[in-house]
Amino acid sequence: MTGIAQGPQPQAGPNRGSISLQGVTRIFAGTIPAVDGIDLEIKAGEFFTLLGPSGCGKTTLLRMIAGFEVPDAGRILISGREMQDVPAHKRAVNTVFQSYALFPHLNVQQNIGFGLRMQGVKAPERKTRVDAIMELLQIGPFATRNAAQLSGGQRQRVALARALVNEPEVVLLDEPLSALDAKLRNELQIELLRMQKRLGMTFIFVTHDQHEALVMSDRIGVMSKGRVQQVGPVLDVYEKPRNVFVAEFLGLSNIWPINPGGGAQVDTPIGPLQITASVGAERMAMIRPEKIWMWPTRPERPNVFAGQVSEAIYMGASTQYRVALTDAPAAPPILVLDTNNVAAERSWQAGEMVFVELKPDNVMMIEG
Amino acid sequence: MSGLTPAIKKPRVNAERLATALRLWIAAGPGLFWIILFLLIPSAMLLAIAFLTNSDFGSPVLPLSLGSFSEVAGYGILGWSGANFVTLARSLVQTGAATSMTILLAYPLVFFIITRPANLRPVLLLFAILPSWTNQVVRTYAWMQLLNPEAPLSHIAQKLGIIPEHLGLMPGDFAVLIGLTYNYLPYMVVPLYAAAEKLDWTLVEAGRDLYASGTKLFFNTVFPQTLPGLLSGIILVGIPAFGDYVVPQLLGGDRAMMLGSLIAGQFTFSPNWPYGAALTLIMLAFTCLGLVTFRRLTQRMGAGEGAML
Repeated sequence: MTGIAQGPQPQAGPNRGSISLQGVTRIFAGTIPAVDGIDLEIKAGEFFTLLGPSGCGKTTLLRMIAGFEVPDAGRILISGREMQDVPAHKRAVNTVFQSYALFPHLNVQQNIGFGLRMQGVKAPERKTRVDAIMELLQIGPFATRNAAQLSGGQRQRVALARALVNEPEVVLLDEPLSALDAKLRNELQIELLRMQKRLGMTFIFVTHDQHEALVMSDRIGVMSKGRVQQVGPVLDVYEKPRNVFVAEFLGLSNIWPINPGGGAQVDTPIGPLQITASVGAERMAMIRPEKIWMWPTRPERPNVFAGQVSEAIYMGASTQYRVALTDAPAAPPILVLDTNNVAAERSWQAGEMVFVELKPDNVMMIEG
Repeated sequence: MSGLTPAIKKPRVNAERLATALRLWIAAGPGLFWIILFLLIPSAMLLAIAFLTNSDFGSPVLPLSLGSFSEVAGYGILGWSGANFVTLARSLVQTGAATSMTILLAYPLVFFIITRPANLRPVLLLFAILPSWTNQVVRTYAWMQLLNPEAPLSHIAQKLGIIPEHLGLMPGDFAVLIGLTYNYLPYMVVPLYAAAEKLDWTLVEAGRDLYASGTKLFFNTVFPQTLPGLLSGIILVGIPAFGDYVVPQLLGGDRAMMLGSLIAGQFTFSPNWPYGAALTLIMLAFTCLGLVTFRRLTQRMGAGEGAML
């Protein structure tokens, strides 16, 4: 280690910012694994989201990438380089902490310049880079303020700037928006996304908020019990969830156990369903509530069920219905989501009779 | 009608206010009494005595004089002597050295304790401060047993050639430094522990994340967070160490005299109350000067918040 190069050795080439997790495992003293043999490839320049409930291991995984935790087994490669013997302060990775973790004894620009100062970047260059990132994130006006004097949204920006100014290969974000109110969160989601596309760094974003995951990500990895349940582009994971956990965690769903009837039909508690998907090892049928049609009269097509609207909840842009099926009173009412856009023909009141149509293309086969 | 209401209410509000004020004074009474009786009156007496003349029996008598102050400045029957300035300088240096020693010892100790399991911490802290529960004289006598010329430690030091054959590790400045450090270490440990226990470790992680390690990491993330405790500790150790007379008396001897022992002498072995009072005033002045300077300094650093100042 020379005296000048304090920070990480920069990596060049197409690998810069890629992450490879191979069998990564972390077990906390005597308990079940927090992270259980995860294999994951994150591409350079990707906005990747780890989505899952609290305790699913997503934060532990993030902390292992940052270098705050050491895996008990497996390998972590950042930009193609093995990270086993690279401590946190030598990784070209910067974290935006959930609590922001701004240094209270430093003002905004000192906070942002901290990483550069620790790497031994000289004051003039430091100032240029700090000023540039403050301009980009519009935090110039409060450059000399103390962290304690900032609002939540401002702190968030400073925390982001403090990570981005180092031009890391990877930015790790640990539920950075969870402490903000809804409006500010939406604004910052968009801003974060714009920033990532503009700077081209790899972002790994941890959240338990499915909306956030859907809005922001190129790809998401849904986690549960220390394992990645499914990885893919947002659209794929939402439209074709692999199992019940993913289907229920990401969006709303109707799920029934099935008996494969052979061919294009399966038996479910609401009756036989025509399907176009092929049945493999899956034992569940799933349909998203917004993929269900509601008709006042019975259309002469397959998968139409008569029922009565048992509940109608108006939610502004859409209305959520529950429809109790006449021929399957024991089955739970079907969840239907209907948009209230200009093309919407009509809405239903609780108590009205209705026909629901589950088009065969929209019925998915998923694992239990 | 409505105009009358406030006119009637006004005296009642005043009466209530008066009652509240009265209750406050009554509640504060014992404390105020204490301060007046044991701080203000003695201080006034001290001030008065300093300007009196010493009688042949060591008690202060009229007429008023500045004689004791010229004695403080070094003018005696035998002419001028710089001994008092040497004593003052030694007091300042010893205080600084002892305070620094307590800081150097307390930081590792406190961080050892706070990184132990939560149920073990209070016990370890107790061990660290337990010695301060015994009498200071007893503790200092114990050090005399350890450092005197016949003690094993002195023999080792003699064999190693650190001190001459016939001498011990005491009396002397070294023994005083050890005594002061030992006596006042708990007063550094406790406030530092209080600050360190509340340490936000996420900030330390943020520091590591932003390429800091080792001493850089410590001084940029841990140190600022423990600064209020450290400042409190410096005051709690510095002030009593500066005025201490037991340690320099027992471990120092004549060659390692400090202000405290010099003053104590004027009220005991060789009584000269006016001279003792004048010395005390000078010491008080230095303490106040030190505190004000310290306060200015920490305020400029912008880190004094939360410290006992």
